[in-house]
Amino acid sequence: MNPKTTNKIAIGLIYTFVAIVVAILVSLIGYILVTGVPHISWHFLTSKSQSFLSGGGIRDQLFNSVYLLFLTLCLSFPIALGSGIYLAEYAPKNWITEVIRTTIEVLSSLPSVVVGLFCYLLFVVQMHIGFSILSGAIALTFFNLPLLTRNIENSLKSVSHLQREAGLSLGLSQWKTITGIILPAAVPGIITGIILSAGRVFGEAAALIYTAGQSAPIIDYTNWNVFSSSSFLNPMRPAETLAVHIWKVNSEGITPDANLVSSGSSAVLIILILLFNLLAHWIGNLLYKKMTSNF
Amino acid sequence: MEIKKKLLRSSKETRQDKLGKGISYLSIGFIILLVSLILYFIISKGLSTFTQNNVNIWDFLTKQDWSPSSIGKDGKPEVGALPMIITSFGITILSAILATPFAIAIGIYMSVISPKRGRKFLQIIIEMLVGIPSVVYGFLGLTIIVPINRHLFGGTGFGILSATLVLFVMVLPTIASLTVDSLNAVPKYLSDASLALGATRWQTIYKVILRAATSGILTAIIFGMARAFGEALAVQMVIGNATLMPKNLITPASTLTSQLTTGIGNTVMGTLGNNALWSLALVLLLMSLVFNIIVKMIGKRGSIK
Repeated sequence: MNPKTTNKIAIGLIYTFVAIVVAILVSLIGYILVTGVPHISWHFLTSKSQSFLSGGGIRDQLFNSVYLLFLTLCLSFPIALGSGIYLAEYAPKNWITEVIRTTIEVLSSLPSVVVGLFCYLLFVVQMHIGFSILSGAIALTFFNLPLLTRNIENSLKSVSHLQREAGLSLGLSQWKTITGIILPAAVPGIITGIILSAGRVFGEAAALIYTAGQSAPIIDYTNWNVFSSSSFLNPMRPAETLAVHIWKVNSEGITPDANLVSSGSSAVLIILILLFNLLAHWIGNLLYKKMTSNF
Repeated sequence: MEIKKKLLRSSKETRQDKLGKGISYLSIGFIILLVSLILYFIISKGLSTFTQNNVNIWDFLTKQDWSPSSIGKDGKPEVGALPMIITSFGITILSAILATPFAIAIGIYMSVISPKRGRKFLQIIIEMLVGIPSVVYGFLGLTIIVPINRHLFGGTGFGILSATLVLFVMVLPTIASLTVDSLNAVPKYLSDASLALGATRWQTIYKVILRAATSGILTAIIFGMARAFGEALAVQMVIGNATLMPKNLITPASTLTSQLTTGIGNTVMGTLGNNALWSLALVLLLMSLVFNIIVKMIGKRGSIK
């Protein structure tokens, strides 16, 4: 075959493949929205779920997801920030740093179900914490740490070296240079990273089945006492999240309208995650403009 | 005395530095401790099948009958994990084979054919595909792919084929985004030189750019395979969960992860049935380490060239 014909065929194939992928995505999102959005109503979002009857909502699951996300970020952000600073600023170039980086890579490539099972073994069984939001938040923290750490490290590293030299030459300590000069300049990247990881955490279910549990006990939204077992803020109660709920009603549930409930929940989940992504881009751009126009 | 004390005392800056170093060393130490704890707990628990219940490791890896709660013909419980191991590898390899051409096409499109507008557009597509949670993929598989397979091939529709198709969409963005990075890393002068010699666009892509990016693309595929191997819920929802040796692509089967998610809640801690599941988790953990090692090896070979 003449090279020109081959060229035409090959480039045509590439276009076809790309078009197929775009079509797949569009049809997936379209399917979720078309089947799910009609089921989303005020009633669906604000009533509690049903195991045996149809017409159940997702109020508790939605709240649990948000609460779990909040706790996870509170736990994982400080650790990721410290580790990110270490890797970007302090880590010497030697084999120890190599080992540390490999360790983080290993943690990020562990299947989430393995991380979940580890937390189940250590916290739920051995430390007798039981299926609880706390165990779930710890599991999600472990799952979230490597990505957030890498993101913070990269954001810090992308700050110009001149700024470090400027800080040090003014007689500031290295720590003050990092927290006072480098960190503020890296904030847009870090915020974007946090929001993107929030999206991931929000949709994660495999790590939660055996840590946060699969049941949503009756909770009282007027009870603000964190230590009361019926309070919605109590971190020691089991909590089924939205993602776990979708899995549960499809694989084990006997809910008559499982299909509708999962379409609705999937649509809510997808819409929220898309919003997270949009927010990440938007805030990233906004902060970037703000930071750079001041210079 | 006063002066000596003042001179020998560390400055405010030094103390700040010590505090800062302390904080960041503590955080990184925490992560190291965490990974070692995970390794220790999963390995020790996973090995208890062989140390406490005296199951032969070789039998575990090669026997085909999985029913840890009942006694088999030879008077011992049957814990042959081969069906799960084969199925896990099967869906991993099949989905990677299926996804790679698409991922490379996306990579070429984004880095060579349309590096400006097409790139931005596909970047959004990839991010959206990454963003869809795995349970939603599972649910879509359950409501779209499984009925189609049932219609086309008969049977229940659950099985390796359905799992492969679901995983195909899930690993596609992983492989594609890493492929794009490695294609972008190919120096521009290489393709310029090739085009200047009169090579067509495809000849340049095929004989220059793809060759130069081979190690990066291989790394991308391995990362995709690692994701497919460890994926639990989406696979569990569409594969049918029957611990049988896979005979074809359209009968129910079971992977390591699907067996874990369905089994842990139904077995009692400390019994053989439960320990055997932890051994499956150990296999998963070891495979994830193997994938890491392969990536490292590819990276080393690529950097020597």
